[in-house]
Amino acid sequence: MSPATQTTTPKISVRGLRKSFGPKVVLDGIDLDIGERESVVVIGGSGTGKSVMLKCILGLIRPDAGSIKIDGTEITDLSTGEREQLMRKFGMLFQGGALFDSLPVWENVAFGLIMGRGMARAEAKKVALQKLAAVGLGPEVGELMPAELSGGMQKRVALARAIAAEPAIIFFDEPTTGLDPIMADVINELIVKCVKELGATAVSITHDMASTRKIADRVAMIYNGKIIWNGPKAEIDHSGNAHVDQFIHGRASGPIEMQVRAY
Amino acid sequence: MQRSLASIGSTFLDFLAATGSLVNFALLALWYGVRPPYYPRQFLRQIIEIGYYSLPVVGLTALFTGMVLALQTYTGFSRFAAESAIPNVVVLSVTRELGPVIAGLMVAGRIGAAIAAEIGTMRVTDQIDALTTLSTNPYRYLVAPRLLAGLLMLPALVLVADIIGVFGGYLVSSYKLGFNPANYVQRSVDFLQTADVAAGLAKAAVFGFIIALMGCYNGFHSRGGAQGVGAATTYAVVSASILILVFDYVLTEAFFAR
Repeated sequence: MSPATQTTTPKISVRGLRKSFGPKVVLDGIDLDIGERESVVVIGGSGTGKSVMLKCILGLIRPDAGSIKIDGTEITDLSTGEREQLMRKFGMLFQGGALFDSLPVWENVAFGLIMGRGMARAEAKKVALQKLAAVGLGPEVGELMPAELSGGMQKRVALARAIAAEPAIIFFDEPTTGLDPIMADVINELIVKCVKELGATAVSITHDMASTRKIADRVAMIYNGKIIWNGPKAEIDHSGNAHVDQFIHGRASGPIEMQVRAY
Repeated sequence: MQRSLASIGSTFLDFLAATGSLVNFALLALWYGVRPPYYPRQFLRQIIEIGYYSLPVVGLTALFTGMVLALQTYTGFSRFAAESAIPNVVVLSVTRELGPVIAGLMVAGRIGAAIAAEIGTMRVTDQIDALTTLSTNPYRYLVAPRLLAGLLMLPALVLVADIIGVFGGYLVSSYKLGFNPANYVQRSVDFLQTADVAAGLAKAAVFGFIIALMGCYNGFHSRGGAQGVGAATTYAVVSASILILVFDYVLTEAFFAR
Protein backbone atom coordinates (compact mmCIF):
# COMPACT_ATOMS: atom_id res chain seq x y z
CA MET A 1 0.00 0.00 0.00
CA SER A 2 2.87 2.44 -0.46
CA PRO A 3 1.89 5.47 -2.56
CA ALA A 4 4.39 4.51 -5.27
CA THR A 5 2.65 1.23 -6.09
CA GLN A 6 -0.82 2.78 -6.20
CA THR A 7 -2.18 3.77 -9.56
CA THR A 8 -4.47 6.53 -8.28
CA THR A 9 -4.03 9.18 -5.59
CA PRO A 10 -5.79 8.10 -2.40
CA LYS A 11 -8.82 10.23 -1.44
CA ILE A 12 -7.39 10.77 2.02
CA SER A 13 -3.74 10.25 2.86
CA VAL A 14 -2.49 10.65 6.42
CA ARG A 15 1.23 10.50 7.17
CA GLY A 16 3.04 10.71 10.50
CA LEU A 17 0.11 12.43 12.26
CA ARG A 18 0.99 13.39 15.82
CA LYS A 19 -1.00 15.06 18.57
CA SER A 20 -0.38 15.39 22.30
CA PHE A 21 -2.50 16.98 25.00
CA GLY A 22 0.02 18.10 27.61
CA PRO A 23 2.19 15.10 28.50
CA LYS A 24 -0.32 12.61 27.08
CA VAL A 25 0.56 11.44 23.57
CA VAL A 26 -2.72 10.62 21.79
CA LEU A 27 -1.61 10.21 18.18
CA ASP A 28 1.93 8.89 17.76
CA GLY A 29 2.51 8.86 14.02
CA ILE A 30 -0.68 7.73 12.25
CA ASP A 31 -0.22 6.51 8.65
CA LEU A 32 -3.39 5.71 6.75
CA ASP A 33 -4.51 5.78 3.11
CA ILE A 34 -8.16 5.71 2.15
CA GLY A 35 -9.06 5.14 -1.48
CA GLU A 36 -11.83 6.77 -3.49
CA ARG A 37 -15.23 5.24 -2.67
CA GLU A 38 -13.73 3.01 -0.05
CA SER A 39 -15.39 2.47 3.33
CA VAL A 40 -12.77 2.19 6.04
CA VAL A 41 -13.64 1.45 9.65
CA VAL A 42 -11.11 2.40 12.30
CA ILE A 43 -11.53 0.25 15.41
CA GLY A 44 -9.91 0.68 18.79
CA GLY A 45 -10.73 0.97 22.46
CA SER A 46 -12.13 4.07 24.13
CA GLY A 47 -9.55 6.81 24.54
CA THR A 48 -7.16 5.51 21.88
CA GLY A 49 -7.37 8.65 19.76
CA LYS A 50 -9.91 7.62 17.12
CA SER A 51 -11.99 10.77 17.51
CA VAL A 52 -8.90 12.97 17.70
CA MET A 53 -7.74 11.56 14.36
CA LEU A 54 -11.07 12.43 12.70
CA LYS A 55 -11.07 15.90 14.26
CA CYS A 56 -7.53 16.49 12.98
CA ILE A 57 -8.60 15.60 9.43
CA LEU A 58 -11.63 17.90 9.76
CA GLY A 59 -9.43 20.72 11.08
CA LEU A 60 -11.29 20.93 14.40
CA ILE A 61 -8.04 20.06 16.19
CA ARG A 62 -4.66 21.27 14.95
CA PRO A 63 -2.15 18.37 14.78
CA ASP A 64 1.35 18.81 16.24
CA ALA A 65 3.04 17.25 13.23
CA GLY A 66 2.31 15.19 10.14
CA SER A 67 0.66 15.52 6.78
CA ILE A 68 -2.98 15.15 5.74
CA LYS A 69 -3.78 15.18 2.02
CA ILE A 70 -7.23 15.23 0.45
CA ASP A 71 -7.15 14.35 -3.26
CA GLY A 72 -3.39 14.86 -3.13
CA THR A 73 -3.61 18.40 -1.69
CA GLU A 74 -2.05 19.18 1.68
CA ILE A 75 -4.70 20.57 4.05
CA THR A 76 -2.93 21.04 7.40
CA ASP A 77 -1.89 24.63 6.54
CA LEU A 78 -5.07 25.93 4.89
CA SER A 79 -6.47 29.38 5.74
CA THR A 80 -9.90 29.58 7.38
CA GLY A 81 -11.56 30.57 4.11
CA GLU A 82 -9.95 27.72 2.18
CA ARG A 83 -10.99 25.33 4.92
CA GLU A 84 -14.60 26.51 4.74
CA GLN A 85 -14.50 25.69 1.01
CA LEU A 86 -12.92 22.30 1.72
CA MET A 87 -15.58 21.48 4.33
CA ARG A 88 -18.15 21.33 1.53
CA LYS A 89 -16.59 18.02 0.52
CA PHE A 90 -17.21 16.61 3.98
CA GLY A 91 -20.16 15.29 5.92
CA MET A 92 -19.84 14.34 9.55
CA LEU A 93 -22.10 12.30 11.81
CA PHE A 94 -21.22 13.20 15.40
CA GLN A 95 -21.37 10.68 18.19
CA GLY A 96 -24.14 12.45 20.10
CA GLY A 97 -25.84 13.66 16.92
CA ALA A 98 -24.93 17.32 17.68
CA LEU A 99 -28.26 18.50 16.25
CA PHE A 100 -28.96 22.22 16.71
CA ASP A 101 -31.63 22.19 19.41
CA SER A 102 -32.86 25.70 18.58
CA LEU A 103 -33.90 24.69 15.06
CA PRO A 104 -36.62 22.29 13.85
CA VAL A 105 -35.52 19.00 12.31
CA TRP A 106 -35.85 20.08 8.68
CA GLU A 107 -33.72 23.19 9.26
CA ASN A 108 -31.08 21.01 10.88
CA VAL A 109 -30.95 18.84 7.78
CA ALA A 110 -31.00 21.86 5.46
CA PHE A 111 -28.46 23.84 7.51
CA GLY A 112 -25.43 23.13 5.32
CA LEU A 113 -27.44 24.00 2.20
CA ILE A 114 -28.89 27.27 3.51
CA MET A 115 -25.96 28.58 5.56
CA GLY A 116 -23.02 26.89 3.87
CA ARG A 117 -24.15 27.26 0.25
CA GLY A 118 -26.75 30.00 0.26
CA MET A 119 -29.60 27.88 -1.15
CA ALA A 120 -33.10 29.42 -0.89
CA ARG A 121 -34.99 28.18 2.18
CA ALA A 122 -37.98 26.78 0.28
CA GLU A 123 -35.76 24.80 -2.06
CA ALA A 124 -33.54 23.62 0.79
CA LYS A 125 -36.60 22.42 2.68
CA LYS A 126 -37.59 20.23 -0.29
CA VAL A 127 -34.13 18.67 -0.34
CA ALA A 128 -34.23 18.22 3.44
CA LEU A 129 -37.54 16.36 3.27
CA GLN A 130 -36.12 14.08 0.54
CA LYS A 131 -33.11 13.32 2.73
CA LEU A 132 -35.36 12.64 5.72
CA ALA A 133 -37.33 10.22 3.55
CA ALA A 134 -34.06 8.54 2.55
CA VAL A 135 -33.40 7.74 6.22
CA GLY A 136 -36.99 6.55 6.70
CA LEU A 137 -38.55 9.61 8.32
CA GLY A 138 -41.77 11.20 7.10
CA PRO A 139 -42.28 14.91 6.41
CA GLU A 140 -44.16 15.37 9.72
CA VAL A 141 -40.89 14.68 11.58
CA GLY A 142 -39.38 17.71 9.82
CA GLU A 143 -41.50 20.09 11.90
CA LEU A 144 -40.51 18.58 15.27
CA MET A 145 -37.69 19.91 17.45
CA PRO A 146 -34.67 17.60 17.98
CA ALA A 147 -35.40 17.32 21.73
CA GLU A 148 -38.74 15.66 20.91
CA LEU A 149 -37.03 12.74 19.14
CA SER A 150 -35.73 9.46 20.58
CA GLY A 151 -32.01 8.69 20.42
CA GLY A 152 -32.35 6.49 17.34
CA MET A 153 -34.43 9.11 15.52
CA GLN A 154 -31.88 11.79 16.39
CA LYS A 155 -29.15 9.61 14.88
CA ARG A 156 -31.22 9.26 11.70
CA VAL A 157 -31.72 13.01 11.48
CA ALA A 158 -27.99 13.54 12.06
CA LEU A 159 -27.30 11.06 9.25
CA ALA A 160 -29.70 12.94 6.97
CA ARG A 161 -27.88 16.17 7.83
CA ALA A 162 -24.49 14.60 7.12
CA ILE A 163 -25.58 13.47 3.63
CA ALA A 164 -27.79 16.47 2.78
CA ALA A 165 -25.15 18.36 0.81
CA GLU A 166 -24.06 15.17 -0.98
CA PRO A 167 -20.49 15.20 0.32
CA ALA A 168 -17.67 13.25 -1.31
CA ILE A 169 -16.30 12.16 2.07
CA ILE A 170 -18.40 11.19 5.09
CA PHE A 171 -17.15 10.57 8.62
CA PHE A 172 -19.11 8.54 11.13
CA ASP A 173 -18.12 8.91 14.78
CA GLU A 174 -19.47 5.93 16.77
CA PRO A 175 -22.68 5.77 14.70
CA THR A 176 -24.28 2.97 16.76
CA THR A 177 -23.16 3.86 20.30
CA GLY A 178 -26.06 4.09 22.72
CA LEU A 179 -28.60 2.48 20.39
CA ASP A 180 -30.45 -0.80 20.89
CA PRO A 181 -29.24 -3.65 18.61
CA ILE A 182 -32.16 -3.34 16.22
CA MET A 183 -31.85 0.43 15.79
CA ALA A 184 -28.07 -0.02 15.48
CA ASP A 185 -28.63 -2.38 12.58
CA VAL A 186 -31.08 0.05 10.97
CA ILE A 187 -28.45 2.81 11.18
CA ASN A 188 -25.76 0.48 9.79
CA GLU A 189 -27.93 -0.38 6.79
CA LEU A 190 -28.76 3.28 6.21
CA ILE A 191 -25.06 4.13 6.29
CA VAL A 192 -24.24 1.42 3.74
CA LYS A 193 -27.13 2.51 1.52
CA CYS A 194 -26.39 6.24 1.69
CA VAL A 195 -22.67 5.83 1.11
CA LYS A 196 -23.32 3.59 -1.89
CA GLU A 197 -25.94 5.93 -3.38
CA LEU A 198 -23.68 8.97 -3.02
CA GLY A 199 -20.60 7.11 -4.22
CA ALA A 200 -18.84 8.66 -1.24
CA THR A 201 -15.68 7.77 0.61
CA ALA A 202 -16.51 6.80 4.20
CA VAL A 203 -14.44 6.71 7.34
CA SER A 204 -16.10 5.37 10.47
CA ILE A 205 -14.73 4.95 13.95
CA THR A 206 -16.37 2.49 16.25
CA HIS A 207 -15.81 -0.22 18.80
CA ASP A 208 -18.94 -2.10 17.72
CA MET A 209 -17.79 -5.19 15.80
CA ALA A 210 -21.26 -5.95 14.40
CA SER A 211 -21.30 -2.46 12.91
CA THR A 212 -17.74 -2.89 11.60
CA ARG A 213 -18.59 -6.11 9.79
CA LYS A 214 -21.60 -4.47 8.20
CA ILE A 215 -20.18 -1.19 6.91
CA ALA A 216 -16.46 -1.80 6.31
CA ASP A 217 -14.59 -2.59 3.11
CA ARG A 218 -11.37 -2.34 5.00
CA VAL A 219 -10.58 -2.26 8.72
CA ALA A 220 -7.76 -0.48 10.50
CA MET A 221 -7.01 -0.91 14.18
CA ILE A 222 -5.60 1.96 16.24
CA TYR A 223 -3.69 1.27 19.44
CA ASN A 224 -1.38 3.51 21.45
CA GLY A 225 -1.69 6.26 18.85
CA LYS A 226 -0.60 4.13 15.91
CA ILE A 227 -2.34 2.06 13.23
CA ILE A 228 -1.19 -1.44 14.25
CA TRP A 229 -3.15 -3.42 11.68
CA ASN A 230 -4.88 -2.59 8.42
CA GLY A 231 -6.52 -5.00 5.99
CA PRO A 232 -9.66 -6.11 4.14
CA LYS A 233 -12.69 -6.98 6.23
CA ALA A 234 -12.43 -10.67 5.29
CA GLU A 235 -8.99 -10.97 6.84
CA ILE A 236 -9.94 -9.57 10.22
CA ASP A 237 -10.67 -12.99 11.74
CA HIS A 238 -7.20 -14.33 10.88
CA SER A 239 -5.12 -11.18 11.15
CA GLY A 240 -2.37 -12.92 13.12
CA ASN A 241 -2.25 -9.85 15.37
CA ALA A 242 -2.83 -10.55 19.06
CA HIS A 243 -4.21 -7.02 19.70
CA VAL A 244 -6.77 -7.33 16.90
CA ASP A 245 -7.79 -10.81 18.07
CA GLN A 246 -8.32 -9.61 21.60
CA PHE A 247 -10.36 -6.62 20.45
CA ILE A 248 -12.69 -8.36 18.00
CA HIS A 249 -13.42 -11.16 20.45
CA GLY A 250 -13.81 -8.73 23.35
CA ARG A 251 -11.51 -10.57 25.76
CA ALA A 252 -10.65 -8.93 29.04
CA SER A 253 -7.15 -10.40 29.11
CA GLY A 254 -4.55 -9.92 26.42
CA PRO A 255 -1.90 -7.47 25.27
CA ILE A 256 -4.20 -4.40 25.33
CA GLU A 257 -4.13 -2.29 28.48
CA MET A 258 -7.09 -0.14 29.42
CA GLN A 259 -6.89 3.65 29.17
CA VAL A 260 -8.07 5.53 32.23
CA ARG A 261 -8.04 9.13 31.02
CA ALA A 262 -10.01 10.38 28.04
CA TYR A 263 -6.85 12.14 26.84
CA MET B 1 8.81 32.16 50.36
CA GLN B 2 9.84 31.10 46.90
CA ARG B 3 6.71 28.99 46.59
CA SER B 4 4.40 31.87 47.48
CA LEU B 5 6.20 34.13 44.98
CA ALA B 6 5.83 31.46 42.33
CA SER B 7 2.11 31.21 42.95
CA ILE B 8 1.72 34.99 42.68
CA GLY B 9 3.69 34.90 39.43
CA SER B 10 1.70 32.07 37.94
CA THR B 11 -1.59 33.75 38.88
CA PHE B 12 -0.39 36.92 37.17
CA LEU B 13 0.66 34.98 34.06
CA ASP B 14 -2.74 33.21 34.01
CA PHE B 15 -4.40 36.62 34.17
CA LEU B 16 -2.35 37.90 31.23
CA ALA B 17 -3.03 34.74 29.22
CA ALA B 18 -6.78 35.01 29.88
CA THR B 19 -6.81 38.69 28.89
CA GLY B 20 -4.91 37.95 25.69
CA SER B 21 -7.21 35.07 24.84
CA LEU B 22 -10.30 37.26 25.44
CA VAL B 23 -8.99 40.09 23.24
CA ASN B 24 -8.02 37.57 20.57
CA PHE B 25 -11.53 36.11 20.72
CA ALA B 26 -13.16 39.55 20.34
CA LEU B 27 -10.90 40.45 17.39
CA LEU B 28 -11.65 37.14 15.65
CA ALA B 29 -15.39 37.72 16.07
CA LEU B 30 -15.06 41.24 14.61
CA TRP B 31 -12.77 40.02 11.80
CA TYR B 32 -15.25 37.36 10.67
CA GLY B 33 -18.35 39.35 11.61
CA VAL B 34 -17.69 42.20 9.18
CA ARG B 35 -17.28 39.80 6.26
CA PRO B 36 -20.19 38.12 4.46
CA PRO B 37 -22.12 35.88 4.67
CA TYR B 38 -24.24 37.64 7.28
CA TYR B 39 -26.91 35.94 9.35
CA PRO B 40 -29.82 38.40 9.71
CA ARG B 41 -32.11 35.81 11.32
CA GLN B 42 -29.62 35.18 14.10
CA PHE B 43 -29.19 38.92 14.59
CA LEU B 44 -32.94 39.50 14.70
CA ARG B 45 -33.40 36.72 17.25
CA GLN B 46 -30.79 38.34 19.51
CA ILE B 47 -32.33 41.81 19.06
CA ILE B 48 -35.65 40.45 20.32
CA GLU B 49 -34.03 38.39 23.08
CA ILE B 50 -31.81 41.19 24.40
CA GLY B 51 -33.91 44.25 23.59
CA TYR B 52 -37.54 43.26 23.88
CA TYR B 53 -37.56 40.55 26.55
CA SER B 54 -35.31 42.55 28.90
CA LEU B 55 -37.74 45.50 28.94
CA PRO B 56 -39.82 44.42 31.98
CA VAL B 57 -36.77 43.70 34.14
CA VAL B 58 -34.97 46.88 33.19
CA GLY B 59 -38.13 49.00 33.44
CA LEU B 60 -39.02 47.77 36.93
CA THR B 61 -35.52 48.24 38.33
CA ALA B 62 -35.30 51.71 36.77
CA LEU B 63 -38.66 52.71 38.27
CA PHE B 64 -37.68 51.76 41.81
CA THR B 65 -34.19 53.19 41.42
CA GLY B 66 -35.67 56.56 40.47
CA MET B 67 -38.16 56.39 43.33
CA VAL B 68 -35.62 55.52 46.02
CA LEU B 69 -33.22 58.12 44.64
CA ALA B 70 -35.80 60.89 45.13
CA LEU B 71 -36.55 59.68 48.64
CA GLN B 72 -32.89 59.41 49.71
CA THR B 73 -31.99 62.75 48.17
CA TYR B 74 -34.86 64.34 50.08
CA THR B 75 -33.76 62.93 53.44
CA GLY B 76 -30.22 64.16 52.81
CA PHE B 77 -30.91 67.52 51.16
CA SER B 78 -33.71 68.58 53.49
CA ARG B 79 -31.10 68.96 56.23
CA PHE B 80 -29.63 71.83 54.22
CA ALA B 81 -33.02 73.08 53.03
CA ALA B 82 -31.93 72.12 49.50
CA GLU B 83 -34.98 70.01 48.56
CA SER B 84 -35.43 72.05 45.40
CA ALA B 85 -32.34 70.34 43.93
CA ILE B 86 -34.06 66.92 43.91
CA PRO B 87 -35.17 67.05 40.23
CA ASN B 88 -31.64 67.94 39.14
CA VAL B 89 -30.02 65.22 41.24
CA VAL B 90 -32.49 62.59 40.03
CA VAL B 91 -32.26 63.44 36.35
CA LEU B 92 -28.47 63.67 36.34
CA SER B 93 -27.89 60.54 38.42
CA VAL B 94 -30.27 58.48 36.34
CA THR B 95 -29.10 59.52 32.89
CA ARG B 96 -25.38 59.64 33.58
CA GLU B 97 -24.94 56.81 35.99
CA LEU B 98 -27.74 54.71 37.37
CA GLY B 99 -29.63 54.07 34.12
CA PRO B 100 -26.65 52.52 32.29
CA VAL B 101 -25.23 50.70 35.33
CA ILE B 102 -28.49 49.26 36.67
CA ALA B 103 -29.65 48.23 33.19
CA GLY B 104 -26.18 46.82 32.47
CA LEU B 105 -26.12 44.71 35.63
CA MET B 106 -29.66 43.43 35.11
CA VAL B 107 -28.96 42.52 31.48
CA ALA B 108 -25.67 40.90 32.51
CA GLY B 109 -27.65 38.60 34.79
CA ARG B 110 -30.38 37.91 32.27
CA ILE B 111 -28.61 37.86 28.91
CA GLY B 112 -24.99 37.13 29.83
CA ALA B 113 -26.10 33.97 31.62
CA ALA B 114 -28.42 32.92 28.78
CA ILE B 115 -25.74 33.41 26.13
CA ALA B 116 -23.09 31.51 28.13
CA ALA B 117 -25.46 28.63 28.87
CA GLU B 118 -26.65 28.33 25.28
CA ILE B 119 -23.22 28.53 23.63
CA GLY B 120 -21.67 26.40 26.41
CA THR B 121 -24.22 23.65 25.83
CA MET B 122 -23.58 23.88 22.09
CA ARG B 123 -19.86 23.46 22.80
CA VAL B 124 -20.14 20.40 25.06
CA THR B 125 -22.62 18.67 22.72
CA ASP B 126 -20.37 19.20 19.65
CA GLN B 127 -22.84 21.60 18.02
CA ILE B 128 -20.09 24.20 17.49
CA ASP B 129 -17.90 21.60 15.75
CA ALA B 130 -20.96 20.61 13.73
CA LEU B 131 -21.31 24.23 12.54
CA THR B 132 -17.74 24.12 11.24
CA THR B 133 -18.33 20.85 9.38
CA LEU B 134 -21.39 22.48 7.75
CA SER B 135 -19.17 25.25 6.30
CA THR B 136 -20.46 27.80 8.81
CA ASN B 137 -17.97 29.83 10.82
CA PRO B 138 -19.12 29.77 14.47
CA TYR B 139 -17.63 33.22 15.17
CA ARG B 140 -19.67 34.66 12.32
CA TYR B 141 -22.84 32.68 13.07
CA LEU B 142 -22.94 32.66 16.87
CA VAL B 143 -20.69 35.38 18.27
CA ALA B 144 -20.90 38.35 15.88
CA PRO B 145 -24.73 38.67 15.91
CA ARG B 146 -24.77 38.60 19.73
CA LEU B 147 -22.02 41.21 20.03
CA LEU B 148 -23.76 43.53 17.58
CA ALA B 149 -27.17 43.04 19.20
CA GLY B 150 -25.70 43.76 22.66
CA LEU B 151 -23.96 46.86 21.36
CA LEU B 152 -27.14 48.26 19.78
CA MET B 153 -29.83 47.11 22.19
CA LEU B 154 -28.39 48.21 25.52
CA PRO B 155 -28.48 51.94 24.58
CA ALA B 156 -32.13 51.48 23.54
CA LEU B 157 -32.91 49.81 26.87
CA VAL B 158 -31.07 52.52 28.77
CA LEU B 159 -33.05 55.24 27.00
CA VAL B 160 -36.23 53.58 28.24
CA ALA B 161 -34.68 53.12 31.70
CA ASP B 162 -33.75 56.84 31.81
CA ILE B 163 -37.33 57.88 31.11
CA ILE B 164 -38.85 55.43 33.58
CA GLY B 165 -36.25 56.27 36.24
CA VAL B 166 -36.93 60.00 36.01
CA PHE B 167 -40.65 59.21 36.09
CA GLY B 168 -40.08 57.21 39.30
CA GLY B 169 -38.46 60.22 40.90
CA TYR B 170 -41.33 62.40 39.70
CA LEU B 171 -43.91 60.05 41.24
CA VAL B 172 -42.32 60.10 44.68
CA SER B 173 -41.57 63.82 44.60
CA SER B 174 -45.01 64.96 43.52
CA TYR B 175 -47.19 62.47 45.42
CA LYS B 176 -45.15 61.93 48.57
CA LEU B 177 -42.81 64.88 48.98
CA GLY B 178 -45.28 67.55 47.92
CA PHE B 179 -43.55 68.95 44.82
CA ASN B 180 -45.54 70.83 42.23
CA PRO B 181 -45.67 68.28 39.34
CA ALA B 182 -45.35 70.82 36.52
CA ASN B 183 -42.54 72.58 38.29
CA TYR B 184 -40.71 69.26 38.83
CA VAL B 185 -40.87 68.32 35.16
CA GLN B 186 -39.82 71.80 34.11
CA ARG B 187 -36.76 71.74 36.37
CA SER B 188 -35.77 68.26 35.18
CA VAL B 189 -35.90 69.21 31.51
CA ASP B 190 -34.24 72.60 31.93
CA PHE B 191 -31.28 71.21 33.76
CA LEU B 192 -30.61 68.24 31.48
CA GLN B 193 -28.08 68.55 28.66
CA THR B 194 -27.76 66.37 25.58
CA ALA B 195 -24.23 65.43 26.61
CA ASP B 196 -25.50 63.83 29.84
CA VAL B 197 -27.85 61.48 28.02
CA ALA B 198 -25.40 60.82 25.18
CA ALA B 199 -22.62 59.87 27.59
CA GLY B 200 -24.98 57.46 29.36
CA LEU B 201 -25.94 55.86 26.05
CA ALA B 202 -22.28 55.54 25.01
CA LYS B 203 -21.59 53.77 28.30
CA ALA B 204 -24.55 51.50 27.64
CA ALA B 205 -23.16 50.50 24.23
CA VAL B 206 -19.85 49.51 25.84
CA PHE B 207 -21.66 47.57 28.58
CA GLY B 208 -23.80 45.74 26.02
CA PHE B 209 -20.71 44.68 24.10
CA ILE B 210 -19.02 43.51 27.33
CA ILE B 211 -22.06 41.45 28.40
CA ALA B 212 -22.36 39.69 25.04
CA LEU B 213 -18.59 39.19 24.80
CA MET B 214 -18.24 37.62 28.26
CA GLY B 215 -21.25 35.38 27.61
CA CYS B 216 -19.91 34.20 24.25
CA TYR B 217 -16.30 33.82 25.41
CA ASN B 218 -17.10 31.80 28.52
CA GLY B 219 -19.65 29.65 26.69
CA PHE B 220 -17.26 29.02 23.80
CA HIS B 221 -14.52 27.82 26.13
CA SER B 222 -16.64 25.73 28.48
CA ARG B 223 -15.47 22.16 29.04
CA GLY B 224 -16.75 18.99 30.59
CA GLY B 225 -20.52 18.70 30.51
CA ALA B 226 -23.17 20.22 32.77
CA GLN B 227 -20.70 21.33 35.44
CA GLY B 228 -18.58 23.14 32.84
CA VAL B 229 -21.61 24.96 31.46
CA GLY B 230 -22.63 25.98 34.99
CA ALA B 231 -19.17 27.36 35.68
CA ALA B 232 -19.15 29.20 32.33
CA THR B 233 -22.47 30.84 33.18
CA THR B 234 -21.20 31.98 36.57
CA TYR B 235 -17.97 33.38 35.10
CA ALA B 236 -19.91 35.17 32.37
CA VAL B 237 -22.19 37.01 34.81
CA VAL B 238 -19.53 37.76 37.44
CA SER B 239 -16.88 38.94 34.98
CA ALA B 240 -19.39 41.04 33.00
CA SER B 241 -20.66 42.70 36.21
CA ILE B 242 -17.13 43.53 37.40
CA LEU B 243 -16.08 44.82 33.99
CA ILE B 244 -19.20 46.99 33.79
CA LEU B 245 -18.29 48.74 37.05
CA VAL B 246 -14.63 49.10 36.01
CA PHE B 247 -15.50 50.53 32.61
CA ASP B 248 -18.16 52.74 34.21
CA TYR B 249 -15.41 54.48 36.16
CA VAL B 250 -13.04 54.64 33.19
CA LEU B 251 -15.69 56.09 30.89
CA THR B 252 -16.96 58.57 33.49
CA GLU B 253 -13.38 59.76 33.89
CA ALA B 254 -13.10 60.13 30.11
CA PHE B 255 -16.43 61.92 29.61
CA PHE B 256 -16.84 64.19 32.61
CA ALA B 257 -13.50 64.75 34.37
CA ARG B 258 -12.10 68.17 33.65
